[in-house]
Amino acid sequence: MADKINRRDFVRKVVEGTASAVMLTVCGPMRSLANASEEAATEPSAPAYDATQHYYGMGVQIDRCIGCGKCADACKSENNVPREPFYFRTWVERYVIDAEREVHVDSPGGGLHGFSPPAAEEDILRSFFVPKLCNHCDHPPCVQVCPVGATFKTQDGVVLVDQDYCVGCRYCIQACPYGARYLHPEKHAADKCTFCYQRITKGMLPACVEVCPTQTRVFGEINGISSPLHRLMKMEEIQVLKPELNTEPKVLYTKLDGEVR
Amino acid sequence: MKKLNFSIGKVPDQAVRIGTVFILGLVGALILRHHFLPESFGELGHYRANAIPGIKALPLHYAGWQTCGACHEDELDKKMAGFHKNLSCETCHGPAYDHAVVDPTASTPNVPRAREACLTCHGYLPSRPTGFPQILELQHNPMEPCIKCHNPHNPAAEQVAPACSGCHGEIARTKAISHHALLQCETCHTAPPEHKENPRQFLPKKPTNREFCGQCHSKGTQTSGTLLGVDLTSRDIPKVDLETHGNTYLCWQCHYPHYPEGK
Amino acid sequence: MQAHFAELAALVGQISGFIYPNEIELQWSILIVIYPYLTGLVAGAFILASLEKVFNVKELQPTYRLALLCALSFLIVAPMPLQAHLGHPERSLEMLMTPNPNSAMAMFGFVYLWYLLLVLLLEIWFDFRADMVRWSQQSRGLKKFFYSALALGTTDISDEAVAFDHKAVYTITLVGIPSAFILHGYVGFIFGSIKANPWWSSVLIPIVFLFSAIVSGIAMILLIYYISSLIRGQQPKMPCMDKLASFLLYALILDFSLESLDFIHRLYESEESIHILSELIVSKLFLSLTIVQIMLGTILPLLMLAFGRYSRLPAELKRIIYVISAMLIQVGIFSTRWNVVIGGQLFSKSLRGLTAYKLEMGGQEGLLAAIGFLILPFLIFLLLIKILPPWEDEKETVPAAIEA
Repeated sequence: MADKINRRDFVRKVVEGTASAVMLTVCGPMRSLANASEEAATEPSAPAYDATQHYYGMGVQIDRCIGCGKCADACKSENNVPREPFYFRTWVERYVIDAEREVHVDSPGGGLHGFSPPAAEEDILRSFFVPKLCNHCDHPPCVQVCPVGATFKTQDGVVLVDQDYCVGCRYCIQACPYGARYLHPEKHAADKCTFCYQRITKGMLPACVEVCPTQTRVFGEINGISSPLHRLMKMEEIQVLKPELNTEPKVLYTKLDGEVR
Repeated sequence: MKKLNFSIGKVPDQAVRIGTVFILGLVGALILRHHFLPESFGELGHYRANAIPGIKALPLHYAGWQTCGACHEDELDKKMAGFHKNLSCETCHGPAYDHAVVDPTASTPNVPRAREACLTCHGYLPSRPTGFPQILELQHNPMEPCIKCHNPHNPAAEQVAPACSGCHGEIARTKAISHHALLQCETCHTAPPEHKENPRQFLPKKPTNREFCGQCHSKGTQTSGTLLGVDLTSRDIPKVDLETHGNTYLCWQCHYPHYPEGK
Repeated sequence: MQAHFAELAALVGQISGFIYPNEIELQWSILIVIYPYLTGLVAGAFILASLEKVFNVKELQPTYRLALLCALSFLIVAPMPLQAHLGHPERSLEMLMTPNPNSAMAMFGFVYLWYLLLVLLLEIWFDFRADMVRWSQQSRGLKKFFYSALALGTTDISDEAVAFDHKAVYTITLVGIPSAFILHGYVGFIFGSIKANPWWSSVLIPIVFLFSAIVSGIAMILLIYYISSLIRGQQPKMPCMDKLASFLLYALILDFSLESLDFIHRLYESEESIHILSELIVSKLFLSLTIVQIMLGTILPLLMLAFGRYSRLPAELKRIIYVISAMLIQVGIFSTRWNVVIGGQLFSKSLRGLTAYKLEMGGQEGLLAAIGFLILPFLIFLLLIKILPPWEDEKETVPAAIEA
């Protein structure tokens, strides 16, 4: 008798357990997908912005950057990036090359509150600041590796993340050679610089470009339409970060020292 | 017991049964996929096209400097006439979208009055580009708020810094402890008046030939009296034979004129 | 959240040199170390099984079904650490719905399903079908129905039907060998194809992954065969143990050669990344790489196996040597996965600094969760061998009652 009761209980438990497991693995994901679709289905009626008429890039003139960190600060304010110094859409690095040609790089808090004087000032051969951000590559390794199509390059050349679709596998963060991505601690999805897409599609400048006091950052059309960026591309020698990786970055640096990685 | 045999031709019963299970599973999966696939996926590429409107609709926090001038004309005019003309208002005053666009009375932007606020940009750091106006924090009116002498909207002070040292402070300090301490900037460099307004477009001139330095440093030149504004009494100026010294290079391709005895 | 920030703040002090600010948080944790370890065991166990089925290594017969069930146990658990690691596990089926054909990770869902359904489950089904029918016929009540349902209601165990089953098993194993290679090789490709990371980006990584998988799989089956024999009060068959030891030795030699080749090649070419990688190896990875992976996990078992296999020691002693080697190898291969996954994230992509990984005890991605995922396959294995006993001597008799 005891045997039979045990078996019945066992069977019931197995069936219940399997059923709930199936529900979780199948219906759970399905429900969240359905939600994602519904949220995005409502298109707001906005004045016509034609993404096919634009192709964006940014210029960064290293010989102008004063390392004030206002760009990093403005970016966090504009895009609601967590204020903790572990999540940056843009940041500033300082390079100090000493007389023995040793390179010292630092970025205290991403340069958010500026920099304090470096150690060993007397010994400096060269020193400069380098603002960094997502390079919005034309051949982005992050887009290549995303397993679900949650990150993509738009028609106007901006690499964005669909945070309602991202599964948070972090493959894109590993694949980015520039350290431009991070996992948003609240949304649990990948996050990164978007060129302030919500601003540029209204004809405004990205927040970092807006507040830069020395016009270090130049934003505009990268494809030969009259713009400050175009003039920069024409008149200056242009460098990009890690060109050997063939990511084709669209953030173009001028006066970039060879020691910058 | 009935024995059902589902074999089809040469394919035996067990293969047909397991095959059916797999086919049913596959069909079921395809049906589920069709039902749950987001509509806009694939429209523009391998992503949900409907993601884009959501990103475009994110809230703004910076208004852009043009919006400030609509109400704050005076400050804007003052700024456009001075050294801070290329600064956005929000660079110092922080994000002002809520104030400028949404409701001016609901919030007012930050007004930075502390000394530290100006030092973020103007405190001396060796990594800053040469020519950017910087002060040594501990030597330049320590503890005083900057706005006591400088109006942030037009920061030129009443007391003007000697010669070029307002912006080229580090060069001035370097030169001041060098053998060239008594040489004035103007002696070697002539700066057009526009240089203060637009420094990168109107660059100061530099000497163009070896003979310029040769005025003092060539063998056979005067060793007493005044030369280029410097009294030569008891000065031991190093002299070289200009014909042979240093090949055909310009002098400052090896010697740093602001600190000629250094590395 | 605040606790998480506090953890990250604590890591700041452990940075040496310069890292990009976003690199302070390690993205792939111990769960991502466990996943390749598990799929490696799957691939290795299956390759061993295929040695018997396709290459007719008769001595390995006692381990054939054991290897299949072992592979299934590990395969069932394999996606679990991945699920637990995702930021949004409820969205994981997106990988099956909208897989990005350019992404190696997107292939996971399909490779996994292919291997689980069309290789492993199918092979186990065909191999056990005749027994399942027999067990159904010899039971009553629920057990009868259970085995009948497992056999999909088939009842034909005539010679022709069983011959078809055997042919099916052979064919599936044949297809299964490259499938096993892909199942684990693609994990290596996920790492090997990241050009941003010089520790991972290498042509050899998928190959090294695969060979270390084979090593770990054979070692695991050796351990399981030995332990299960002891528990059942039987002597493990010496020809089988010797054959397992031989194949383990060959695989280990190959694996070590490939890893040494990678190492020598990097040193010789001496690209820019050599400075930070050398620093990584002698500081952060010294214990796990030089000591655990290389000395304890490869060289020592290699010597022990060679000595044990080709010496004239008595059988009991040989068995002990094999078992100890196999255990050391498990630790070594796990350490290999650790050194690849965690090691690749301990240095900055700026090539100018090193950071640290703090393994939490609790939490979704902590040590306890990791240990849980490592123990779970064995629990599933215990369940499987109760339902589908793989023992030769029990093929005819019905499995004992199923109650827990």
